[in-house]
Amino acid sequence: MSAPDIAVVGYAARIHPEGTAVSEAGLVHTAVTGALDDAGLDRTGIGFTVSGSLDYLSGTPFSFVGALDAIGAWPPISESHVEMDAAWALYEAWLRLRHGDIGTALVYGFGKATQGSLPEVLARQLDPYHLAPLGVDAVSLAALQARAVLDAGRTDEAGLAAIAARSGRPAPGGGEDPPPLPLLPGHTARPADGAAAVVLAAGDTARRLAAEHGTVPVWIRGLDQRIDGHSPAGRDLARCPSAERAAAGAGLPGAPVDLAELHTRHPHEEVLLREALGLGPEVPVNPSGGPLAADPVMATGLIRIGEAARRIADGTARRAAAHAAQGPCLQHNLVAVLEGGAR
Amino acid sequence: MRSDRTGEDAPGELVGTHTVRFPGGYTRSTGPVIGRFLTELRDGRLVGVRTAAGRVLFPPVEYDPGDGAPLPDPPEFPEVGPGGTVRTWCWVGAPRPAHPLDHPFAWAAVRLDGADTAVLHALDFGPDAPADRPPARLRTGLRVRARLRPEDERTGSITDIRCFRPEVDRIIDDRRLDYTVRADAALTRYLEAQLHGRILGSRTRGGRVHVPLRDLDPVDGTPMAGEVELPGTGVLTTFSVNHVPDPRAPEVPFVTGYVRLDGADVDLLALISGVEPEKVHAGMRVRAEWLPPDERTRTRPSIRWFVPDQGAGAEEGPR
Repeated sequence: MSAPDIAVVGYAARIHPEGTAVSEAGLVHTAVTGALDDAGLDRTGIGFTVSGSLDYLSGTPFSFVGALDAIGAWPPISESHVEMDAAWALYEAWLRLRHGDIGTALVYGFGKATQGSLPEVLARQLDPYHLAPLGVDAVSLAALQARAVLDAGRTDEAGLAAIAARSGRPAPGGGEDPPPLPLLPGHTARPADGAAAVVLAAGDTARRLAAEHGTVPVWIRGLDQRIDGHSPAGRDLARCPSAERAAAGAGLPGAPVDLAELHTRHPHEEVLLREALGLGPEVPVNPSGGPLAADPVMATGLIRIGEAARRIADGTARRAAAHAAQGPCLQHNLVAVLEGGAR
Repeated sequence: MRSDRTGEDAPGELVGTHTVRFPGGYTRSTGPVIGRFLTELRDGRLVGVRTAAGRVLFPPVEYDPGDGAPLPDPPEFPEVGPGGTVRTWCWVGAPRPAHPLDHPFAWAAVRLDGADTAVLHALDFGPDAPADRPPARLRTGLRVRARLRPEDERTGSITDIRCFRPEVDRIIDDRRLDYTVRADAALTRYLEAQLHGRILGSRTRGGRVHVPLRDLDPVDGTPMAGEVELPGTGVLTTFSVNHVPDPRAPEVPFVTGYVRLDGADVDLLALISGVEPEKVHAGMRVRAEWLPPDERTRTRPSIRWFVPDQGAGAEEGPR
């Protein structure tokens, strides 16, 4: 028996750009309830639940377990978690649904990135021998990659400024640290608190849910994720081979898309990813505003898939690419190709 | 996006802080490859490791990052550096508390001589490095060298390399020579006339007017026929834009030019001001701008500089 097609049938996100006192469970409750409403399901209708988050955001071990309070986990549900952006939780849910024995899955990601210093928090994922002791932070690593992109002639300073200008990023506030050059104030995503949830459904279940809503399922036509070597000093930062391979694995080359949602926390990353994903200048990137406009860390990648799916569901686009990234200097990339249609 | 629902009640004002830190620090084993690297580093040597394919990895890791192949057994640890080349960099104008330097510096990926991979580290241009822009010589390709901590401070950590510094490729010669000049009679008279806002020149026996005042006709070596007073107005005949500061024009760029005073047959060398350097052009009418009387001295010209002369009637300098 062949694996069933998988579709996005529900999506919701809630972002607090200035941070919030609401607990992680409260954030998750809002997003999950919204996505289930969007799909026309309730909590008992979910076959598999998986989340993505990072305990270091709040500095609390097993904080992802606390968020389960919002799910309705008793009697025990089939549940999993990745310490990654929730786009990778969606990857796990997609794999799980491909087994064919369950019809629905709930994916959510959440975080309160405003509670600590995100550049230092993300630095904790670096190689503990060669990189972490240096005290190098995530924004500095992004600036290194920006320099490499400029040196390679992929764009110039004006190109970076133009990308930042149309991102919808709020003007830099007085409390924001200036990033290392060549990045400029306004060239970094501002960490936000928030959560997002996506409901996936397989084959006939997706078709039935869509019919009940008078919509079409948003099919995941391809999904792949690849990773490059860890050390930013050990690879050519002016290229993103893992994104190229993920795009190829997802079937993106040669199949035009109407728009793309990319996990770009700095403007030069759009330049790199347009090239890696083969997106011409005619393809709009991040019509949602993208991560530069709002970056609820650990949900941001999943939101790219949700926002792309939403534009297909409302008829704005027929095919779309969605991308998520994590690790220093776009080390780890996930690419999804989404398409509307009755099949 | 969905509107707020239950679970997001009005936030309270209760705020606290907490810290995540492993008491006493978290112990990590190094393994044989990174342990060897750090041991050599503590003892002052920079070693890489050679992969089965023959590439030298610095800093060493336990596998080939390209394909995951194991290292030869036993691995070879060739010495590399201490010189290397910057592969990419960024400029940290405002160091963060966790950064290794508290003044502006670069993060750089440096490929050490003899290695095939680069190491990330801080690149130091000294405590006076500018915050708002990288040093002009910081470029991909810059030659740099590792600066190790003193032997008794090294512990076996990547931070035993304190930083990288540019290789020495220049020295600065700032020696100076001081002179005392005694003005001859003509120069003395010329400068003293300027104290009173007058510009003196000389007429040759053939009728040519030279300025400044001089005793001899440079054409034939004969004595000058007499003195001439010249107006403070004229035409700029040629000019240059200078980018090296001068005691009389500390702000760069500044413009020097030749001014043909009205009635003169030779040009006077002068500073040009009151106009953007890119708007200066030959043929421009200019007039002398004099120092205020209380700033004039016998030992220097009292004309501060020449400025564009807009008014048709503004022919005379102040007296």
